[in-house]
Amino acid sequence: MESKKKLMDDNGKRLDGRLWDELRPISLEVGVLKNADGSAHIEWGKNKITAAVYGPKEVHPKHQVLPDRALLRARYHMAPFSVDERKNPAPSRREIEISKVIREALQPAVIVEDYPRTAIEVWVEVLQSDGGSRVAGITAASLALADAGINMRDMVVGCSCGLIGETVVADLDDTEDKEGNGDMPVAIMPNFGLVTLLQVDGIYTRANFQKAFELAIEKGKQIYGMQREALTKRFFGGEPTTTQVEEAAE
Amino acid sequence: MSMKKNYVVETIRRAQMVEMLSRGQRADGRALDQPRPLSIEVGLIQKANGSARVRLGNTDVIAGVKIATGTPFPDTPDKGLLVVNAELLPLASPYAEPGPPSEEAIELARVVDRGIRESEMVDLTKLCLIEGKSVVTVFVDCNVMNVDGNLFDATSYAVVAALRTAKMKKYKVEGDKVVATEENIPVPVERTPISVTMARIGDTLVVDPNSEEEVLMDVRITITTDDEGNVCASQKGEASTISPAQVLEAADTSIRVGKQIRAQILEATK
Repeated sequence: MESKKKLMDDNGKRLDGRLWDELRPISLEVGVLKNADGSAHIEWGKNKITAAVYGPKEVHPKHQVLPDRALLRARYHMAPFSVDERKNPAPSRREIEISKVIREALQPAVIVEDYPRTAIEVWVEVLQSDGGSRVAGITAASLALADAGINMRDMVVGCSCGLIGETVVADLDDTEDKEGNGDMPVAIMPNFGLVTLLQVDGIYTRANFQKAFELAIEKGKQIYGMQREALTKRFFGGEPTTTQVEEAAE
Repeated sequence: MSMKKNYVVETIRRAQMVEMLSRGQRADGRALDQPRPLSIEVGLIQKANGSARVRLGNTDVIAGVKIATGTPFPDTPDKGLLVVNAELLPLASPYAEPGPPSEEAIELARVVDRGIRESEMVDLTKLCLIEGKSVVTVFVDCNVMNVDGNLFDATSYAVVAALRTAKMKKYKVEGDKVVATEENIPVPVERTPISVTMARIGDTLVVDPNSEEEVLMDVRITITTDDEGNVCASQKGEASTISPAQVLEAADTSIRVGKQIRAQILEATK
């Protein structure tokens, strides 16, 4: 499919001035919601996403209880005002699928065997959506799980790569996702070097497939560094978080 | 649709299967990269524009194509509509229930749709009648009749076979009206995407997992390739991990196994 807009100029600069392998600006904050057992907020390009974790808690309905491990639930939801045209607030088929792959991307990192007969709930709320919201949601959700003190083997961090024409690029934004030629969200457990989420669309030669896949893993490891910083700030000082300021005021 | 899990039996069977696989053997005697026997029957539903029944081992899926005219999506005014949907019927498995589609059924439909759409199998620009006003709409609905693992591939093959054999009315534009003629033409099919699903059980990747293997698998990975060996779609499933090296191995396996299956589907839909 030919791109309608020119997404990359002759010097290899993208519409927002990035080179092929550059990420959009990312900021992470841990511990942003009071009621949640753990929470995190991510801003990644124009994405603004808050993730909250509740649990381990009692399982309802009871028949869903797992005798040997925790039941991990995840819901990815987009606010009606998060996209250009108002989105119906009821979960769409797309959101149901993304909720499933997010749950399956996070679960390998959570030591669910430590919490038998309980539920751990992960709510990912997309307040504003740009390209790559599922990987941004996963990155925030794993911070929220860590913030909740849930036992984990590793963090989970995601990045999406894709194609503009036949050029592999990192971290597609909204326009590049819609007008570009392919999107490949990947999530990894960075310390194990294992993949927990992989979805592909577009037409990739075997060489481009490998290049985009390996680039997504490399970028994921880079974002993992930011996750560590955000957690360090939350638990070992640095600038106080919003919640800490409020607690001090009380 | 996975079977209910029985923890004790599952652990014993899993240990047995992992041990067999490490010796390169599968419970049903297949090679690791060998799909089950595939049979394709086309044109079984006369009222549909195209139809196919695919049996992959005991997995059994019927796809039917219905074609009409409609309005295009506002963001693609010059393209026809292609919608692939799949239903898991309660008659297909003791574990399926009537009611709104489950998460698994939604994933199945969306992954199959992605493979067909992203490979650009059907040239949608050829389905545009009046730009922005009228286009040909192609609906492919799949009924899963019997579940024995790997619904992704069986459903995808049924869609490909049904589309390749589908006939539609030739439409002509008179002024701002679209009129159906008596002439029947084939759907503008350009490529033949083939989905190959693999399961990782222990350290081993097996092609086309059956129900027994699906119950015990750690990870499922589906990779769709086109006629030139390009990767067009992929989906990893289940709550476990896969190594980067194994993803690349899966891509190569999908290209290789996809070639044989493509030849078989092309032969059955000549």
